[in-house]
Amino acid sequence: MTTHMQKEIEKLKKKVITMGSVVEDMVYLATKSILTKDARMAQQIINRDVEVGQMEVDIEEECLKILALHQPVAIDLRFIVAVLKINSDLERVGDLAVNIAERSLYLSNVNYACIPYDYTRMAHKVEDMLSRSIEALVNMDAKAAYLIRTEDEEIDALNREIYECMKVEIPKHPDQVSCLLHVLSIGRHLERIADHATNIAEDVVYLVDAVIIRHSPEVYAD
Amino acid sequence: MVDKKQALLLEDFDIEIVSRDLNFYYGDNQALFGISVGMPAKQVTALIGPSGCGKSTFLRTLNRMNDIIPGARVEGQVLISGKDIYQHGTDVVKLRRKVGMVFQKSNPFPKSIFENVAYGPRIHGTRDRQQLAAIVEKSLVRAGLWEEVKDRLNDNALGLSGGQQQRLCIARALAVDPQILLMDEPASALDPKSTARVEDLIGELRELYTIVIVTHNMQQAARVSDFTAFFYEGALVEFNATKLIFTNPKEKQTEDYITGRFG
Repeated sequence: MTTHMQKEIEKLKKKVITMGSVVEDMVYLATKSILTKDARMAQQIINRDVEVGQMEVDIEEECLKILALHQPVAIDLRFIVAVLKINSDLERVGDLAVNIAERSLYLSNVNYACIPYDYTRMAHKVEDMLSRSIEALVNMDAKAAYLIRTEDEEIDALNREIYECMKVEIPKHPDQVSCLLHVLSIGRHLERIADHATNIAEDVVYLVDAVIIRHSPEVYAD
Repeated sequence: MVDKKQALLLEDFDIEIVSRDLNFYYGDNQALFGISVGMPAKQVTALIGPSGCGKSTFLRTLNRMNDIIPGARVEGQVLISGKDIYQHGTDVVKLRRKVGMVFQKSNPFPKSIFENVAYGPRIHGTRDRQQLAAIVEKSLVRAGLWEEVKDRLNDNALGLSGGQQQRLCIARALAVDPQILLMDEPASALDPKSTARVEDLIGELRELYTIVIVTHNMQQAARVSDFTAFFYEGALVEFNATKLIFTNPKEKQTEDYITGRFG
C-alpha cells in the first residue's frame, strides 16, 4: 500500500539525490577548473552556491512537513532524520566546492610556474567517496556505506602529504607563497569533503541498520 | 548493540503477567495462536495491531472477561504473579479485583460520583462510611479527578463530561486496590484534551500498577507505553521495548504495520 506519506518520502528522496548530484558535479568541476586554469568554470561553480542553498532549505522544509503531518516511525523516521543530516552535509560540500573554485579563480589569474603537488589522485578519491556515499543512500546499501568510512584515513594521509610538501616548497619559492598556500587550502577542502562523505555514509548505515556508528571506530560490517 | 544501549531490557524487570502457549477459541474459530509473552511489573505494555488481530481478546484473557462469552474456550496458561488464573478453583471475582479493567466507552453507573467509586469496595465488604470516603478520595486523587469533583460527590456521575466519566471509571477500577490495570482503548472516544489527560494519568499510574493497554492509535502506544506487543491474525509477531519497536522493529510485519504500509 502506498500511503500519502510514502509518496512524500519518494519525492523527498528524489530531491536529495538531485542535490547530491549537483554538489558532486560542483566538486568535480572545481578541481578540474584548477588543472585547466578555467576561470569561467570556477565562476560558474561559485554562482551555483545560491542554488544549493535553496535546495537545502527546500529539503529541510519537506522533512519538517513530513514530521509534523505524518509522524513517521521506524524506517520512515530514520529516513527523515538521516536526510536532515545528509542535507547539511551536502550543503557544506557545496560550500567547499565553492571554496575550491575561489582558489581556482585566484590561481587562474596569477602566473605560477607549476603546482608542486599533484592533488588529482586525492581529488579523484574524494569525488569517488562522495559519489559512492550518495549511491549508498540511493540503494540503501549499508555495506557500501561501511566501506566508505574506512577510506577516510587514506584522505587524511594524502592531506598530510600536501602539508609536508608545502613545508619544503615554501622556503624554496618565497615569491610564490600565496600560490602555495592556496594549493595547501585545496587539500584541506578536499579532506573536509571526504569527512562529509563519511558522515553521509554513517547516516546511511543508521538509516538501514538503525545503528549509530559515529565515534565508534571498532564497529565494522560483518 | 543497540538493544543494550537504548532499550529497556526485559530481564531488568519482574515479570508480573505471563502467558504460555495461549490459544483461544470463539466456538470453532481460533482467535489466538500460541501466545507466549511476559509482561513486566509496574510498566505499561501496549497491545497494537489491526482490527481482528486478537489484541482485545488477549487483553480479556488476562482477567477472564472472556468467560462470559458462550462457546469461548482457552488452552494454555496465564500466570499472574506466578499463579495460573485458569486453574480449577480460581476465584474469578477475586481475580478481577486484582486485575481491574477500563473500557473504551466510559460506563459509569447511574449513581452519584461517590457511589460509583465506593461500589467496588462496598461489595468486597467495606462498610465503614469513613473508610469508604477515604478510599473514594484516594482513588479520585489517583485518577486525577478529585479537584474537579470534590465539591459535588453526590451529583449524578452521568452529568460529568466524557473525559471525566472515563477518569471516574479509572477511579472506580482503582478503588478495589488492583495490582494490574487492563485498558481497552481507554481514550478512543475522547477529545484530544481529555485524551492527553488520560495519557498523562497512565504515566502517573504506572508507578503503582502494572498496566496493559489496547490501542488503535499507534502514536498513543508510542507515547504512553514502555513495552509494545504487535499482534497480527491472532499471533504475537513481536514484543519489545516501545522505543525499539518504533525506531527499529525486528520483524518486517511490524514495520509494515506501524509505518502504515498495510493494515
